[in-house]
Amino acid sequence: MLDTRRSIETPEGVELGLRLAGPVVRGYAWMIDLLIRFAVYIALGTVLNIFGNFGQGLYFIAVFLMEWFYPVVFELYNQGATPGKRSMGIKVVHDDGTEVTLQSSLLRNLLRSVDFLPFLYGVGLISMLFNRDFKRLGDITAGTIVVYQDKLAEASDIVKMAPLTPPISLTPLEQKAMIQYAERVKLFTPQRSSELANILEEVTQEKDEKAVNSLLQYANWMMGRR
Amino acid sequence: MNQDSFTEKYQPQWKEFERWLDSKDREIPKDRRPLSSDSVDIPHMYRQLCHHLSLAQSRNYSAQLIEYLNQLTLRGHQHLYRAKSNTLSGFINFVFYEFPSLIRKEWRLFWLATLLFYGPLFGIGFAIQENPELVYSIMPPEQVSEFRSMYDPEAKHIGTERASDDDFYMFGFYIYNNISVGFRTFAGGMLFGLGSIFFLVYNGLAIGAVAGHLIQIGYSETFLSFVIGHGSFELTAIIIAGMAGLKLGFAMIRPGLLSRSEALKRAGKVSLKMVYGVILMLVIAAFLEAFWSSKGSISPSIKYYVGFFLWGFVGFYLLFIGRRRAD
Repeated sequence: MLDTRRSIETPEGVELGLRLAGPVVRGYAWMIDLLIRFAVYIALGTVLNIFGNFGQGLYFIAVFLMEWFYPVVFELYNQGATPGKRSMGIKVVHDDGTEVTLQSSLLRNLLRSVDFLPFLYGVGLISMLFNRDFKRLGDITAGTIVVYQDKLAEASDIVKMAPLTPPISLTPLEQKAMIQYAERVKLFTPQRSSELANILEEVTQEKDEKAVNSLLQYANWMMGRR
Repeated sequence: MNQDSFTEKYQPQWKEFERWLDSKDREIPKDRRPLSSDSVDIPHMYRQLCHHLSLAQSRNYSAQLIEYLNQLTLRGHQHLYRAKSNTLSGFINFVFYEFPSLIRKEWRLFWLATLLFYGPLFGIGFAIQENPELVYSIMPPEQVSEFRSMYDPEAKHIGTERASDDDFYMFGFYIYNNISVGFRTFAGGMLFGLGSIFFLVYNGLAIGAVAGHLIQIGYSETFLSFVIGHGSFELTAIIIAGMAGLKLGFAMIRPGLLSRSEALKRAGKVSLKMVYGVILMLVIAAFLEAFWSSKGSISPSIKYYVGFFLWGFVGFYLLFIGRRRAD
């Protein structure tokens, strides 16, 4: 499959789809996290400097915790996403789609130090390119994947129009295609929606805007609106 | 049933489920009415939703509807099949049973890591007694003289009290440095075990060279009385970190009847437990090193006694604790 969609089967016997996140988007997320960590280091360094050696000691502990446990804490308490991942709309889940646990999060983040080798995630990138689920070594061992956390769309929002019975009978797949066209028409430019509608000129006997309208009306009919 | 009436009929249920999810994710729900779901059977709602999703799939409903149900079901799945978090009793069980039993169970790896670490340590240590110049092939002269001034018995700072905030500074540094070394020793195992072997041998050589050199020039009392206490926890922890890494390495080299990724997953679970122990031991070691070993006012003989006791304690802990439970 050329797709980056991966399906998992739940105990209830339904197939759920997950979209895998690739190296580039994960790289961006990592860079955002890096900037956040740097900002925190600078802020902490300035504040803790006031407290002399005691503050320096605290600073070491803080750097240690941030370097190794920053992703773990967020993955556990922020639904699988560090601030960087969250802003890129991705999150970490187990292979079976469930949320990460302390164990798996710790494992994948401790092994990050190997994925980072020899510099800037060289090993991790090679591993991701050879793995069909874009897993770096830490992901393989921890049994985790990074997926897109899609925003919940509306169940269906087709422009309401007076329904019109299509002049010919359509197979279920053709009907589905037409409904999907109606759902996505708001994303197209007017030219593109006309262009697509014109393909079906034989069916609608119309052109351009009128053809688009007819298709939307068919879709309304197929959705069961009367 | 066509799509519109299907949606119309079940949408209230879906919205209710969505609201329950939002409340669990601590997101502010768009709809602020109180949740009725406290009195509603969530697993039942979830199974209904699964049913709706497969209906929508088999009836060729539109992609957008299927995507909506898919996302909703996925979130439900993540909530209902969430693993339970660890508790205090889990921690006590780990310290008094699981961890020492695990080290005993993996005794072959333990001795392999011990050999990889202490072999170079004693090897270079004794070699330096015969050929003192050898230390300079391990580390640069500046570093050698730095160690020399640190443990110089004539130096003023030995025997005088260090300010307590200096102790804390060193504590922070030991936590940062030593536990990071432990983690890297473990993670290096992902390179077919080679990284772990490297860190074990390298640290063995470095420690052995310093110890051998300081003993050879006659600083043995200041050095040994300093390291003997925390060394018990620290050196053993580094060995266990190496063990954990070697466990991963063996899973890659010799996965047996499993696929490599499955073997790694299983080994990862086991070696992570070892790493938990490593963290605990290194925190104890950092504490001892900062607040006990560095106390110049305590006479070396007391430090030796306490040091032997601590070594005995670590040995006893790994050998005997948790045996009765195992039977």
